[in-house]
Amino acid sequence: MAFYRAHILVDTGPPAMLKGAMAVKAALIEEIKRRGLDNEIKVVETGDLGVRGGGPALVIYPEGITYAGVTTADVPEIVEEHLVKGRQVKRLVYSETTPGVVETTERPRSKEMRIILKNVGVIDPTSIEEYIAAGGYEAVGKTLTKMTPEQVIAEIKASQLKGRGGAAFPTGLKWEFTAKAQGREKAVVCNADEGEPGNFKDRLILEGDPHQIIEGMIIAGYAVGAHEGFVYIRGEYHQAAAIMERAIGLAREMGLLGKNILESGFNFDIQVLRGAGAYICGEETALLESIEGKRGQSRMKPPFPPTYGLMGSPTVVNNVETFCNVPHIILNGADWFTAIGTGQSKGTKILTPCGDVLLPGAYEVPFGVTLREVLYNMAGGTKSGKDIKAVMMGGPSGIVVDSGSLDRRLCAEDLQPGAGALIVVDVDKCMVDTMVNVAKFFYHESCGQCVPCREGTKRMLETLSWWASGAGSESDIKMLEQLANTMSLSSKCGLGQFAGVAFKSSLPLFADEYRAHVVDKVCPTGVCPMDRVLEEVN
Amino acid sequence: MAQVRIKIDGQDVVCEAGSTILQAAQSAGIYIPTLCYHADLMPEGVCRVCSVEVKGQRTLCAACCFPVTDGMEVLTHTPKVRESRRMIVELMLANHPQECLTCSKNQKCELQKFAKELGISDIRFKGERRAYDIDASSPIIRDPDKCILCGRCVRTCDDLQGIGTLHPAYRGWKTLVVPGLGGDMSDVVCVNCGQCINRCPTGALKAKDPAPEIWDAIYDPTKHVVVQTAPAVRASIGEEFGLPPGTRVTKKMVTALKMLGFDRVMDTDFTADLTIMEEGSELIQRIKEGGVLPQITSCSPGWIKFIEYYYPELLPHVSTCKSPQQMFGALAKTYYAQKMKIDPKDIVSVSIMPCTAKKFECERPEMYSSGYKDVDYVLTTREAAGMMKEAGIDLPNLRESEYDDPLGMSTGAAVIFGNTGGVMEAALRTAYALITGHELEKVEIEAVRGMEGVREATIQVGDLPVKAAVAHGLANARQVLEGIKSGRFADYHFIEIMCCPGGCIGGGGQPQPTNEEIRKARTRAIYDEDEAMTIRRSHENPAVQKLYEEFLGHPLSHKSHELLHTHYTPRERRSIRHRAAERADAGSEPKTTKADHSKKVRVD
Repeated sequence: MAFYRAHILVDTGPPAMLKGAMAVKAALIEEIKRRGLDNEIKVVETGDLGVRGGGPALVIYPEGITYAGVTTADVPEIVEEHLVKGRQVKRLVYSETTPGVVETTERPRSKEMRIILKNVGVIDPTSIEEYIAAGGYEAVGKTLTKMTPEQVIAEIKASQLKGRGGAAFPTGLKWEFTAKAQGREKAVVCNADEGEPGNFKDRLILEGDPHQIIEGMIIAGYAVGAHEGFVYIRGEYHQAAAIMERAIGLAREMGLLGKNILESGFNFDIQVLRGAGAYICGEETALLESIEGKRGQSRMKPPFPPTYGLMGSPTVVNNVETFCNVPHIILNGADWFTAIGTGQSKGTKILTPCGDVLLPGAYEVPFGVTLREVLYNMAGGTKSGKDIKAVMMGGPSGIVVDSGSLDRRLCAEDLQPGAGALIVVDVDKCMVDTMVNVAKFFYHESCGQCVPCREGTKRMLETLSWWASGAGSESDIKMLEQLANTMSLSSKCGLGQFAGVAFKSSLPLFADEYRAHVVDKVCPTGVCPMDRVLEEVN
Repeated sequence: MAQVRIKIDGQDVVCEAGSTILQAAQSAGIYIPTLCYHADLMPEGVCRVCSVEVKGQRTLCAACCFPVTDGMEVLTHTPKVRESRRMIVELMLANHPQECLTCSKNQKCELQKFAKELGISDIRFKGERRAYDIDASSPIIRDPDKCILCGRCVRTCDDLQGIGTLHPAYRGWKTLVVPGLGGDMSDVVCVNCGQCINRCPTGALKAKDPAPEIWDAIYDPTKHVVVQTAPAVRASIGEEFGLPPGTRVTKKMVTALKMLGFDRVMDTDFTADLTIMEEGSELIQRIKEGGVLPQITSCSPGWIKFIEYYYPELLPHVSTCKSPQQMFGALAKTYYAQKMKIDPKDIVSVSIMPCTAKKFECERPEMYSSGYKDVDYVLTTREAAGMMKEAGIDLPNLRESEYDDPLGMSTGAAVIFGNTGGVMEAALRTAYALITGHELEKVEIEAVRGMEGVREATIQVGDLPVKAAVAHGLANARQVLEGIKSGRFADYHFIEIMCCPGGCIGGGGQPQPTNEEIRKARTRAIYDEDEAMTIRRSHENPAVQKLYEEFLGHPLSHKSHELLHTHYTPRERRSIRHRAAERADAGSEPKTTKADHSKKVRVD
C-alpha cells in the first residue's frame, strides 16, 4: 500500500454533489498533479459529512481540518497554502460561530459521543482496508470463532439494544424470536429505506461507513441462523447504494461474505435491493412485500416478520443504525453498552436536528441528553435567533412538543426521539401551515390500502387546508381530533397510526392558534393565506 | 386441534387455536360487523370496520384477521370501538356517491346496511369525491366511484379464479381497482365469470343488463320471444324474493315468465339432455377410435375462455359440443321455427342464466349456426328477478305451471348440470347405458358429488373402468390442466370443469350474497329436483328422442355438427406494453380515467 502524507476527503453526499463537489474533486486532482504531488497526496470521495449550509466540504488529514463552501476557484489556494506551505486557509475554515456552516471534525464534539459515526468522514468508505485498520470486522471474527449463536443473542439481549428506526423494539428479543422460529430458510433484512422527512442518519452511515452495516448483518445472520441478507435502500439514495454495492463486493473478495466466512463454516451473503420511492416501503412488512416484487403495502400483523417474513421465512428486519451498534456491543461487551444512556434507553442515538436550526446535521449523543442541549448547544439554536415554537420528534410521524419540553431528556422514560429527526419550527411559523405540510406528506404517502389512512389523510389535508384559507369552522376541531384518534387506533399499519399524531399532540399546545384560524379567521403569524371566504358554497 | 379459551365482551368462548377473533365471535353468536371480509376469501383486514379492542394491544385489532391466543380478552363495544367504527363508515360515505336510490345495489349494499345500522345521519367531510368514468366495455361493468377498495374482487379473481384481472393501481387516496394497470375490461384477460360481482359489497361491479331490449321485444307484436331457463336458476331465483336459499321454485318461475309476456317458456334442461347425448357419444367415439383423452366438458363459457387464454395447446381435449344455452339457441331458430312455422328472423331468443360469461358466449361469432344470432339476450338470475319485480310479480305466491313444448321437457340428469359434478354424473348415467346396453341401477353417483375443489373417481362401466375428474373454480381448473400437461391424467377419460365455485349454482349471475352455506343449500335443491323427476337419464327424454327422429338423425350426425358443435380459438394474452404500443400507434391516450376536481364543494 502506497504511503501518502496527506489525504483529502471530499464530501460527495447528494447535497454537496448538487453544489459541485465533483468539480471541486476534479480540480483538486488536477492541481495536485500539476504540482507533481500526486504520489504524496490522495484525494478520496467520502459520503455525506453531515455539513449543511456551506456547500461542498472537504477534510484534510492528518490535520483533520474541514473546509466548507469550497469552490473550484479556491482549490489552487488550498493546495498552495495548506498542502504545500502547511498554513490553513483561514477564510474557508469554519467554526461554529460562522452562521450556516459547521466544521465537521472540530465541531463541538464534547457533548457528542461518536460510536456509530466514529469512522464517518474519517475513513475512505470505498476502502475495506481502512475499515479493517480502524478495528473493523474484529467483531465478526470474534463472533464466528469464539461465540455460539446463543451467546450472541444473549449478549445483544443483555445490552438492551432497541431498534433505532423509531419503534424501539428490543433487538435481542427480535433475534431470539427469529432464531427460535421454524423455517427452512431465514433472512436478515437491513431497512435502509430512510423515508421519514428530516432523517438522514442512515445515509451518512451507508455512504461513510458501509462495512459497519455489513458487519452487523453478518453477526445477525450468524445469531439467527440466516444465510441470506438484503439491504433495502431507499430509491433516492443512488450514491449510498453504489457505495454499499462496492463494499459488499470488497467484503466478498476478502472472504468476509460468501461461503465459509473466516473458515468458520458459516455462509452468509448480502444483496442490495432498491426501493422505488414509496415511504410505505420503510414499514417492515411493506418492505418485505416490495422485496418480493409485490405492491408496497403492509401485511396484516400478526404474524410478525420473525415468524413469517420474507417469502414466509423467519426474518430479522432491523434499521441501519441498529445493525451498526452490534459490532461495538460484541467487541466491548453488554456492560460497556449499558453504561451509556439511561435506564430504559441504552447506548447512543444519532439525532438529526433540522428545520429552523442554525447548524443542522447529524449528532450522535448518549440517550438522556436534553432537547435543549442538542438544539442549542449543538445545533446552535434557531437560524433567526428567535425562540423555538415547536419540535417534531422523529419527524412528521412523531409527536409535536413546544418550548416547554426543551429540558426534557431524550430517552424512553421521557421524550422519545423516534428515528432521530428533530424538526424545529421557530415562532415565526404557523402551526396550521406546518400541519398542512405534515398532512400533505401523509396524503401523498398513504398506500391506499386501509380506510382510516387512505380516506383519513385526505380529509385531514382538506380540512387543514380550509383552515389555512379561512374556510374552517369551529366544529372541525373536534371532527379532526376524532379523525386523528380513529386513524391512530384502527389504521392497519404504522403509517396511518402515526399520520395524525402530530396534529393530535399539537392540539392542546396550540389550541388558541387553531381557534384563531377557524373562529376568528385570522392567522396570528400571518403565514396562512386566509383568502377563501365561503362563497363557493352551493 | 388445540383449544383456547378467550373472553369476548365478558363471555367465555372456547375456540380452536389459530382461529381469528371473528371466527371465535361468530361461533359464540357475537356479531362483529365486517366489510372487506368474505367467507370465501383470505382476510386482508383493510376496511377496519371489524376493529375491536383487545386488552394489552396498543391499537384496535381487526377481528377478521387477528388470531386468538389463550386468555385473550376482547371487547367489541367500547367507546373507542364505536367511535372508530362510525368514523370509518363516515369516511367511506364521504367518498361515495349518494345515489343509493338509483343504484343497482339499492337495499342490498353492505355499505348502505352499515350506514343504517350505525345510524350515520351526517357526513361531516364535505370534500372532494372520487369521480371516474364508468367502464362498460365488457359484460362486467365497473363504476369506480362506488368502489370502496375492499379488495374482495381482487382476491376473488386472484385466489378463487387464479386470473388476476383486477388489481389496485396508484396509491393513497388515488388508489383505484383497475383491470390490467389501467385498461378497460375489454382490453384485458377476463373470462367474464362475474365472481367479482358476486362478492362486491357495493354497486361498483355489475353485469350489463339487457332488460330494456327484452321489454321492447316483448312489447313488439311482430316478434316471437322465446325464453330458456338454466338448471341452476330454479334453485336460486327465490332468494331474490326473500325465500331461503335452496327453495325450488321451478314451476312458479315458469308462471312468472309467462306473466311477463314471453311467447314460449322453455327449458335449457332440454338441451342439457341433448348435450349429454352428443357429448356422451363424442366420449365413446374418442374412447373407441383413439381420440384425444381425457375429454373435457365444454358447457361453462368462463372455463372455455380460460382455456383459450391459458392452455390453448390443450383445446383438443375440450368436447366440441356447444353449451346447452347455445344448442337451445341454434334449435330455437331452426327446428322450433320450422315446427312453429315462424320466420326465424322474427324470433327473439332470450336465456336466463346463473352466469355472466353467457353474455359473452352468445356474442361469439361461432354462435350464428341458425343463420341468425342464436341467443339474442342473456339475463342473469338477478336481472330476470328484476324484470319480475318491475312487473309486480310476487313469485313465491304464484300458481305453478309447466314448461312449453317442444323444447321444454327434461330429465333429472339435465337439472344436475347446475351442480359441480353434475355433467359428469349425467354423462355417466347415459354412457353406462350406451356402452353396456343396461341401465345404471343407482343413478346417484356419490363419488363425483361434493364441494372438494378437485375430485377424482373411477366408475366401472361394464368392462371399462372410467376414470373421471371434476374441478370447479378456475384456480382448481388450473391444477387439473397442469396435471394433464404433466401426464398425471394420461389414463383419464373424462374431466368436468366448471368455472365457478360449486358449479353454476354459484355462478356470477346468481343472487347475492354468496357463501359456501348458500351454495350447499342450492346444491341440495338441485339434487332434490333430480330425485323428484320421473325420468332421470338423458337418453330417456322422449322429446330429445323425437328431436333426433324428426330433425337431427342421430348424435354426431352432420346436422348435429352443424348446429350443436363448435370450435375454439386460442386467445392471445396481450401484454400491457403491447397494448400501450397499439395505443401509441393509434395516437390515442391511455384510457385511464381521471378525477374531476371541479366537484370540490365546501358546505358549512
